[in-house]
Amino acid sequence: MRRTQVQIRLNGEDIDVLCEPRQTLLELLRDELNLTGTKEGCSNGNCGACNVMFNGRLVNSCCVLAPEVDGGEVTTIEGVAQGDHLHPLQQTFLSEAALQCGICTPGFIVAAKALLDREPDADADRIRHWLAGNLCRCTGYDKIVKAVLAAEAQSREAATR
Amino acid sequence: MEQIEYVRPRSLTEAYDTLSNGRRSVFLAGGTDIVVQLREGRRSADQVVDLKHVPELMALRFLDDGTLEIGAATCCAEIYEHPEVQAKLPALIDSASLIGGIQIQGRASLGGNVCNASPAADSAPTLIALGAQLLIGSKRGTRELPVEEFFRGPGQNALEQDEILVQIRIPPQPARSGAFFNRFIPRNEMDIAVANAAARITLSADGSTIEDARVAIGAVAPTPLLATSAAEALRGKAPERETFEAAGQAAAALANPIDDMRGGIAQRRHLARVLTIRALENAYNRAKEGI
Ligand SMILES: Cc1cc2nc3c(=O)[nH]c(=O)nc-3n(C[C@H](O)[C@H](O)[C@H](O)COP(=O)(O)OP(=O)(O)OC[C@H]3O[C@@H](n4cnc5c(N)ncnc54)[C@H](O)[C@@H]3O)c2cc1C
Ligand code: FES
Ligand code: FES
Repeated sequence: MRRTQVQIRLNGEDIDVLCEPRQTLLELLRDELNLTGTKEGCSNGNCGACNVMFNGRLVNSCCVLAPEVDGGEVTTIEGVAQGDHLHPLQQTFLSEAALQCGICTPGFIVAAKALLDREPDADADRIRHWLAGNLCRCTGYDKIVKAVLAAEAQSREAATR
Repeated sequence: MEQIEYVRPRSLTEAYDTLSNGRRSVFLAGGTDIVVQLREGRRSADQVVDLKHVPELMALRFLDDGTLEIGAATCCAEIYEHPEVQAKLPALIDSASLIGGIQIQGRASLGGNVCNASPAADSAPTLIALGAQLLIGSKRGTRELPVEEFFRGPGQNALEQDEILVQIRIPPQPARSGAFFNRFIPRNEMDIAVANAAARITLSADGSTIEDARVAIGAVAPTPLLATSAAEALRGKAPERETFEAAGQAAAALANPIDDMRGGIAQRRHLARVLTIRALENAYNRAKEGI
């Protein structure tokens, strides 16, 4: 089995890793790099559980081939917290009880962070539209939207302090 | 997924060369169709040719004559974030901003959308209504094809084995014209169209009659269709409800839909009519802004 080398800037660190060309980015992260925060839901682009940032854009890692990211930059859920310091979204998902089983949560947080990094004041409608590619079977979405709004408020407060 | 090679050509010449190395190839633009099809075994290949490092395929610019040149592998988000495209071609934004969700739009290309040749492809009616031309290249040279002639059946397009879709070219739009795309899906977002339609209307100088029109419908036949009979029902007529109704009827008469889990035959024919009428009304509103 031929393996190819892939160089990536992953969560701010430059790494080299071997993969099979047929592997997806999701498989590279979970099976080769042991970064199991990124989840597999559908493996066909519909659920968003596998969301990561690739070269500045939100993508479904199950629809990206591993060798495609060679020379690129990838950020996963593992790159969202700063050491022990949770990102506001991670804090508000907890405080607003925006998860139950939790399998969708990393994807939602990565996706919501991509929105807030561009539009820190996105309203509820915009949040729902942005997160339409993420599915949750447990929460009914309301608490997720509230958590994102709460994270926006928290970030605004931190900025004025 | 079976074993596969990944190749990353850096130029068109390199890309054409990889196609003559004897391996069975598939192209990779945004991968939102092909990666899933490969994994599910619906397609098989020896090599995947990633087109995103060929500069011509990632272009997005207006030429001096006003033509918009879209690299076949340019993603939908690049297109709908482009201020000049937003201002000049709102119908293209209608399509690009509803293909999948945000995660899909950061990858999915219009080239992939048309090459995948789904009857329900959401860029197809818009590109047809806007009069888009496809620039197709191979080692043998290049050729241009109007987009409505590109579709040959579900999953079938007009490309030869050695050809690549290089660019989609949208000519400058006529003065006093407006275009609009819409579709019907059972959810608010993230679904395949049960039916879709786009229209472009060009008004006379005083705005009292329709000088010209292009209407296209999708998901109601084996390929997206240019509805010439609908355009005929519009030409020279007053831009009013009855005219749009007649064109909607003409479009629905062309529909030859299938019955599947997304919709039935009668429903799809009905949708072809209603979506055509709505596309015309909204295209008219956009055209009026130009008078
Ligand atoms: C969750 C989800 C939602 C979706 N929603 C929609 C939707 O709302 N509307 C819609 O229309 N589609 C939708 N799709 C389908 C898909 O996203 C689109 O068809 C998309 O535009 C395909 O583009 P791509 O760049 O990802 O193509 P790819 O998957 O990279 O390629 C598609 C096909 O075209 C060929 N190809 C690509 N580029 C070229 C080229 N330049 N020359 C020759 N051949 C080429 C490839 O070999 C392949 O066969 C959805 C898909 C998913 C997974
Ligand atoms: S696992 Fe990738 S979108 Fe569902
Ligand atoms: S918390 Fe269970 S799927 Fe979202």
